[in-house]
Amino acid sequence: MSTLLEIQGLEAFYGRTKALHGVNFSMVKGGITTILGANGAGKTTTLRAISRMVRTTGTIRFEGEALERKATEDVVQLGIAHAPEGRGTFVHLTVEENLRLGAWGQRERGNLRDDFERVFGYFPVLRERRRQAAGTLSGGEQQMLAVARALMLRPRLLLLDEPSLGLAPLVVREIFRILRTINQTGVSILLVEQNAALALDLADHVFLLETGRVVMDGPSDVLRKDDAIRRAYLGY
Amino acid sequence: MDIFIQQIVSGLATGGIYASLALALVMIYQATDVVNFAQGELAMFATYICWSLINAGVTYWLAFIFTLVIAFIGGVVIERVVIRPVENAPILSIVMVTLGLLVICNSVAGWIWTYLQKPFPSPFSANPFKLGNVVFGSHDLGEIQVTLLVLLCIYLFFRFTPLGLAMRAAAHNPVSSRLVGIRVGWMLALGWGLAAVFGAVAGMMVAPVLTLEPNLMGGVQIYAFAAATLGGFTSPGGAVLGGFIVGVVENLVGTYVHFIGTELKFTVALALIIVVLLVKPTGLFGSTVVKRV
Repeated sequence: MSTLLEIQGLEAFYGRTKALHGVNFSMVKGGITTILGANGAGKTTTLRAISRMVRTTGTIRFEGEALERKATEDVVQLGIAHAPEGRGTFVHLTVEENLRLGAWGQRERGNLRDDFERVFGYFPVLRERRRQAAGTLSGGEQQMLAVARALMLRPRLLLLDEPSLGLAPLVVREIFRILRTINQTGVSILLVEQNAALALDLADHVFLLETGRVVMDGPSDVLRKDDAIRRAYLGY
Repeated sequence: MDIFIQQIVSGLATGGIYASLALALVMIYQATDVVNFAQGELAMFATYICWSLINAGVTYWLAFIFTLVIAFIGGVVIERVVIRPVENAPILSIVMVTLGLLVICNSVAGWIWTYLQKPFPSPFSANPFKLGNVVFGSHDLGEIQVTLLVLLCIYLFFRFTPLGLAMRAAAHNPVSSRLVGIRVGWMLALGWGLAAVFGAVAGMMVAPVLTLEPNLMGGVQIYAFAAATLGGFTSPGGAVLGGFIVGVVENLVGTYVHFIGTELKFTVALALIIVVLLVKPTGLFGSTVVKRV
């Protein structure tokens, strides 16, 4: 299988504060990779580095193309959709307008109607809410909207930042079920999660971040059985 | 009663001008949190360009259209060249830059075209329009039509076009906008261009009434501020309505409250700003913006 994303020696800075201290990892095309780690380990920063929202050194290659010097807008054009921390909803706009915006960066403009049908197929509730201001949706619906908005790009890589945050377990399970379906249509997913049990179930590969470094990585089946991981992240 | 109706209509006419300029102010404020103090002077400058074109023999409406195009390009260029470099500077620095722009526009206009008042043509018939005993100025009626047409176009643009949607998104949520691939910087520049267009319309509509000189928009800008404050700096629709209200109130107060008359009309605008800020700081239609710091 070919490499989709390759990151080497990635350091990231917020002002003078260093948030990543040389992160290395790569992910294969078509997979679901998850980054686990405690608060402040650098998970969100890693996603922000890929989307060029933070100052970095080191190399980031997406299908062989260097991202380091690109602007956020140009990274999107390559087919990398980022559903950010806090969901990034356009709260003043309607659900439909949010989705329209998601399609703004499509490299090859296709039939918008098909894209709408596709995401409404995954998230039927959004069809019912399409004329509603996005700020009036529930937390779970807003998270669905964030994923749906990202899908409107017809992405090749989906970056998801804590899709389970603040949601009821049932809603989370539903979203994760849909993520698996989305992955089966050929979209690679890079998932940042605090809910390790869920993430390990969904992902096929895991990276463990601690204070800005990758300290462990491997297939999720293997890591799930690792004692240290079990005690620290799964709690049994 | 006839006089009352006449005053209302002529108030709506000037109100339309305040509405256009107020809309320009609100658009830029929403997108960048900056009040562009040079908005009126840019409008004045555009009006001079129209005057020069007409003097060079171009017909009125052609000159009008040309001026809008030039104003749009000018607005975009000013944003890119003057505002962009201070984009991340503290608000006060950006305000100082717009004040600098104000002074520069004013002086350059005076330098090129002198400070002498120039008559500016109205595209509308000089004959008043009579309806029973009520007499309306044709320029007043034309002005109202032009303003409403411009407002309609801009409403349709923002409501129904992808570019309009992207501009709204960029103004409300720049970070998420970048994440869907919108070039936020260019959206802001387009916003400046559109604001300059509204200003130019206001300038060309008011110049036949006030006659053209470099201080043409000084007073208008204060009324536009009053309009934007009244309607709410966060609400484009509110700013437009505020413009019409200010225009009508100004006229009625000038006509019926004798100790105010024409001399103290300005004071009404300033008093209005103060009252709104004291009673309802967000304006009639504005919303409180909560910012995470």
